[in-house]
Amino acid sequence: MAKQLMKGNEAIGEAAVQAGCRYFFGYPITPQNEVPEYMSRRLPEVGGVFLQAESEVAAINMVYGAAGAGARVMTSSSSPGISLKQEGISYIAGSELPCVIINIIRGGPGLGGIQPAQSDYFQATKGGGHGDYNLFVFAPASVQEMVDLIMESFDIADYYRNPVMIMGDGTLGQMMEPVEFKPVKKRDLPPKDWATTGCVGREHNIINSLALVAENLERHNWKLQEKYKQMKENEQRWELYKTEDAELVMVAYGTTARIVKSVVNKLREQGIKAGLLRPITIFPYPEKAFALLPDSVKAFLTVEMSAGQMVQDVRLAVNGKCPVHFCGRTGGIIPTPAEITKVAMEIMGGER
Amino acid sequence: MAEMIFAGFGGQGVMSMGMMVAYAGMIEEKNVSWIPSYGPEMRGGTANCAVVVTADEIGSPIITEPDVVVAMNLPSMTKFEPMLKPGGMLIYNSSLIEREGGRDDITVIAVPANDLASELGNTRVANMIVMGTLLAKTKVVGIDSIKKALRQVLPVHRHDLLGVNEDAMKRGAEYVK
Repeated sequence: MAKQLMKGNEAIGEAAVQAGCRYFFGYPITPQNEVPEYMSRRLPEVGGVFLQAESEVAAINMVYGAAGAGARVMTSSSSPGISLKQEGISYIAGSELPCVIINIIRGGPGLGGIQPAQSDYFQATKGGGHGDYNLFVFAPASVQEMVDLIMESFDIADYYRNPVMIMGDGTLGQMMEPVEFKPVKKRDLPPKDWATTGCVGREHNIINSLALVAENLERHNWKLQEKYKQMKENEQRWELYKTEDAELVMVAYGTTARIVKSVVNKLREQGIKAGLLRPITIFPYPEKAFALLPDSVKAFLTVEMSAGQMVQDVRLAVNGKCPVHFCGRTGGIIPTPAEITKVAMEIMGGER
Repeated sequence: MAEMIFAGFGGQGVMSMGMMVAYAGMIEEKNVSWIPSYGPEMRGGTANCAVVVTADEIGSPIITEPDVVVAMNLPSMTKFEPMLKPGGMLIYNSSLIEREGGRDDITVIAVPANDLASELGNTRVANMIVMGTLLAKTKVVGIDSIKKALRQVLPVHRHDLLGVNEDAMKRGAEYVK
């Protein structure tokens, strides 16, 4: 299929449909409204169901139900809406159900603004709701990458029986870029013999996250942890850009990583050996990438559209070997190449 | 590499102008991005979009130092002229903007887009007049690619307007010859 110019939010919808998603439950919020808009038109064409729920809480519980019945299902929202969904997401993770959740982040806290931000990093990568659980989280940097990762996400969700979150921001949702919908490599997936599909001729399947016997609940928790360990071993993804001889490695994901790429090139023109480490999965965090960096690295600079939420993951991965600095903007302001360059120059000892 | 900002008030066709340039760039197998302003940014009389067309990988789709600014009304020119790279190009709609002063380290091109569009009998193609000027002055994409893009951006039931849009581009190019 030829390339087409598509808005990020619409591309999210099409990618989901092509990955076999047939159910979408959501509630409107800027800047992701084109996702439900697209799904409301597209899903009926393929015999699917689009439903605008009465609230985010209702929407995520509909996702819970559809996932429990074995369907490929997605919901989409932006920061305040995702906060409302956390209870349901915890139930879904606890019940080990697959689904895909889109968060097109806007500035917070509270209702915040509607401009792009990355300030839901903690919420996305450290659980978000209550209990010991993790989502599988992708942080794409372009519309094409977002499409590719969403198409894969439904398989990953089924494979691990775990919710997958795609973390974008207002920029990624609103921008248009050429995209191509290429078939993704399919995973070997077991049948969904746990789904509540009607029990004629078999035992009841029960989907539940309630476990009042502490020993049972602990066993369940260790089982979940084993799953997250497998993700950490097998699923870390990243991109390294010009790090072969780098002295300063900047760490950034999503939209910010694109800006940082331009900064890397600017710095290199001025004789500063800069590189970029771009996490593509933010849970599991790509710790393995840090081990691949050369000994020439003298410092790290984390660049984010938040007050520095990723810094601690970078520090854990760097493990005290080098200083980790931070440069970021919040509230919906996108850092400019000029201001990042300035901070990088200061770290590297000024003009050369 | 061309980083462009198209700005004007709602209804002047600045979003579709940017979209057509992006489409045309894609047709020419270049890397392209298009991003609109949204939300409170759009208050104060200027809707805008940022377009990047380049043979290289696109870093930031958000533009802070454009090579080209197309301003269809005064608030847009006031807002974006100061951002232009030294040596950049400002194309402004002189039917609606009276320019006094401003930068002297940039190329400035005035096009009476609304007047020229009226002469063609359709004021709504003022944006395509400016498109013709832009293509004549920058060669950022070819006119044939824009003609193809126009067929993508205009819904099929509006394809009767292809002719007047193409005439408008021709007029806008001739005006600055």
